[in-house]
Amino acid sequence: MLTTDVAVIGSGVSGLLAAIEASKAGARVQLIDENARPGGQLFKQIHKFFGSRRHYAGIRGFDIGTRLLEAARDNGVEIMLNSSVFGVFGKEIGIMTGEGHVRWLKAEAIILCCGASEKVILFPGWTLPGVMGAGAAQTLINVHRVLPGTRFLMVGSGNVGLVVAYQLLQAGADVVAIVEALPRVGGWGVHASKLLRCGVPILVSHTIKEALGRGHVEAATITALDTKYRPVPGSERDFEVDVICLAVGLKPNLELPLMAGCETMVLEDLGGRVPVHDANMETTQEGIYVAGDCAGIEEASTAMESGRLAGTAAAEKLGYLSPEEAYDVKEEIRGVLDALREGPFGVERRRAKQLLTQRARTLRAHSNGGTPKWVKA
Amino acid sequence: MRVLKHPILGPLDRRREVKITVNGVVITAIEGEPIASALIAAGITTFRETRVLKEPRGYFCGIGLCSDCMMIVDGVPNVRTCITPVKEGMNIETQLGFERVQEDE
Repeated sequence: MLTTDVAVIGSGVSGLLAAIEASKAGARVQLIDENARPGGQLFKQIHKFFGSRRHYAGIRGFDIGTRLLEAARDNGVEIMLNSSVFGVFGKEIGIMTGEGHVRWLKAEAIILCCGASEKVILFPGWTLPGVMGAGAAQTLINVHRVLPGTRFLMVGSGNVGLVVAYQLLQAGADVVAIVEALPRVGGWGVHASKLLRCGVPILVSHTIKEALGRGHVEAATITALDTKYRPVPGSERDFEVDVICLAVGLKPNLELPLMAGCETMVLEDLGGRVPVHDANMETTQEGIYVAGDCAGIEEASTAMESGRLAGTAAAEKLGYLSPEEAYDVKEEIRGVLDALREGPFGVERRRAKQLLTQRARTLRAHSNGGTPKWVKA
Repeated sequence: MRVLKHPILGPLDRRREVKITVNGVVITAIEGEPIASALIAAGITTFRETRVLKEPRGYFCGIGLCSDCMMIVDGVPNVRTCITPVKEGMNIETQLGFERVQEDE
C-alpha cells in the first residue's frame, strides 16, 4: 500500500491549489486525476478571467493552468495521472491505474476536489448523437481542436452557455440561436452583448421542445414559454442544426463524498445536493475535506480560495502548521471568499455556505465520530 | 472537422499523426487526443447502441461520467472514449449493448 500525508483527488483549479498549499506547509501530497493531463477545466477556458490580480484577472484560463502546474511541481506535489479513484474507504483510497492495475493509497487526510458535471434537461430526442453538454463541446473545440458540427443551438444563457456560444463562433461554427427559459438572460451582460453584436439571437422565454433526426441531430424544434413556463401552443419553430448544446447548470460530483460517508444537504443556490462542510472545508468525516465545485457550484476564483483553505486546514490537522499560523492564513482566505460572495449572484451563495457550516456544527455536536455505517469496523 | 485556424489559439500545431482502425476502416488520428475526438473529426458520431432499443449514443458529457461514449477498444468493452487517449494501431469497434461488437453486414 502506498502512503502519503494528504491525498488530493482531482487536479482542477481547487485540487491544484489545495495540493500546493498543503505541500508548502511541509506535508507529503499525492494528487490523483483520471485524466491524461492535469488542470481540470482550466485548459479549455480560452477567455480572460475577470476579478482581481490574485485570481489571475486578465489571464486566459489555459495560461493559469500552466502556471499552477509549475507551482505544484516546484512545491514537490506528486501527480498521478490516468488514474481513477473508485472508492474511498475510511482513509484508504482505491485507484485503478491507466494500465488496469489496482493500487491502494493510505492518506492521513483526503481532499476531494472532484468537480462538477453538467445538468441536463430531458426532451424527445435528447439522447441522439449531436446533443451534448456545452462544456463537452467546449472541450472538443478548445482543447482538441475538433468542431462536432457546423450549426449549433445553445440551450441556456448562463455564463457557460454564453461563453461557449462565443467560443463556437471563434472556432468557425454558426450558432443559430440561444434559447433561455427565463424571461431574461442568465449570464453577464458583457458576454451576452458580444454575441448580440455577432448577430446571434438570444431568445428569452423559449426552450427546446424536441431534437429531430435519424441517427444524428438534424433539426431542433423550439417553443415559446408563457409566464408560468408552459409551452405556448402554435409558437413552435424549427431550426436546422447538427448540434444542440445543453448549458442548463452544473451539479457537484458526489460519488466520492457519498462513498466516504459525508453527510449532504440540498441547496439549490450551490447546484443541488452538496456535501456538508465547515469553515475549514472539512466534511462530516474527520480528516476528509472538499473544495471547488464539488463543495458547491461557484466560480474559478472561489474554487481557488476553497482549495487553499482546505489545503491549509489539512496541513494544520496533521501538525504541519501551528493553529496560530493556520489561523492567520485561513482568516485571510475567508475574507477573500466573503468578498467574492458579494453582489447579486454572490449573496445567495454566501447564505447557502453559511447554512452548510451551521449544519456541520449541528451534526458534529450530535455525532459520536467513527466510520460510515456501511463500513465494517 | 478540425479547427485549423483560431483567433486566440492560433494555427493548429503539427502534431504526430497515428493510424487507428474503426470498425475495420483505417482513419488518421492525432497521437494523445481522446478517441472520441478522433472519431468526431472523422465524421463518426455513433459510438454505441443501447442494449434493448438499439438506439444510437454518442459523445455527450466529455468528462468520463455519462457512459454514452463507451466503445470496444482493442477487445476491451466499456472504454470511455472521451477520456482515453489514442495510440498508434488501436482497434476500435462500435459497442452493441454492454459488450457486443457490431457485426459485418
